[in-house]
Amino acid sequence: MGLAIGFWISASVIIAAALGVVLLRNIFRAALSLILCFLMVAGIYITLSADFLAAVQILVYVGAISVLIILAIMMTREVQRGNLSNKLQLPAFIVALLFLGVLVLTVTNTPWPITDTAPVVPTTTTIASRLFGEGGFILPVEIAAALLLSAILGAIVLAREK
Amino acid sequence: MLNNLGLEHYLVLSAILFAIGLYGTLAKRNAIIILMCIELMLNAVNITLVAFSRYVTPELLTGQIFAIFVIIVAAAEIAMGVAIILAIYRGIESIDATKINLMKW
Repeated sequence: MGLAIGFWISASVIIAAALGVVLLRNIFRAALSLILCFLMVAGIYITLSADFLAAVQILVYVGAISVLIILAIMMTREVQRGNLSNKLQLPAFIVALLFLGVLVLTVTNTPWPITDTAPVVPTTTTIASRLFGEGGFILPVEIAAALLLSAILGAIVLAREK
Repeated sequence: MLNNLGLEHYLVLSAILFAIGLYGTLAKRNAIIILMCIELMLNAVNITLVAFSRYVTPELLTGQIFAIFVIIVAAAEIAMGVAIILAIYRGIESIDATKINLMKW
């Protein structure tokens, strides 16, 4: 019951905030609406009993990515022009609506192999043994480290004053 | 219906979030708004992965590990995206995606 209440509150706020990102006239308010959306996605993770992912979501998205986006808004002077649309507004709306319809139809008509097993609580031990343990994902972890390093170096090179 | 949460609820929620992000990515002029909408789509994919991990393989947690990797790639992507936007803004004093045509034939 509590899970259901949490899910419905989080879901409605997520959809309203995502619509705010697309529809709000002020770009800065759109960014704040995006941060609210990220926070509520962390709430959705909690209802799915993914406690570690909820913490990571708040740290990385709400903490780091939103700061980068707001920094980008501050550094450029496009805020005065507002959140404009291009010529593709109607085709994009139709494409998104068709895509949503196809997704909802497939999702509701597929018999998913759902199990009744209780979720692992807390998830950190299992995630750590899956990431670093025998037969786990240790190679992708190393590749992710290399990717992050190259992304940082590339961002510094691109954004540096000549 | 309202009290029994199932896999479909989460999948439909993430489909709606993905569709909103897709519309914003295709229809907006400001490059920062386009980046924000890409983040919305990545979050929708993460919700799907975690929901499958909870309802289909609850003891393996493979979906949550994939979601962690998606978050890593999203962080790298937003850092590069902001750097590219700032570099373009320094060059042509605008980040209107319809005016960025330096590489168009």
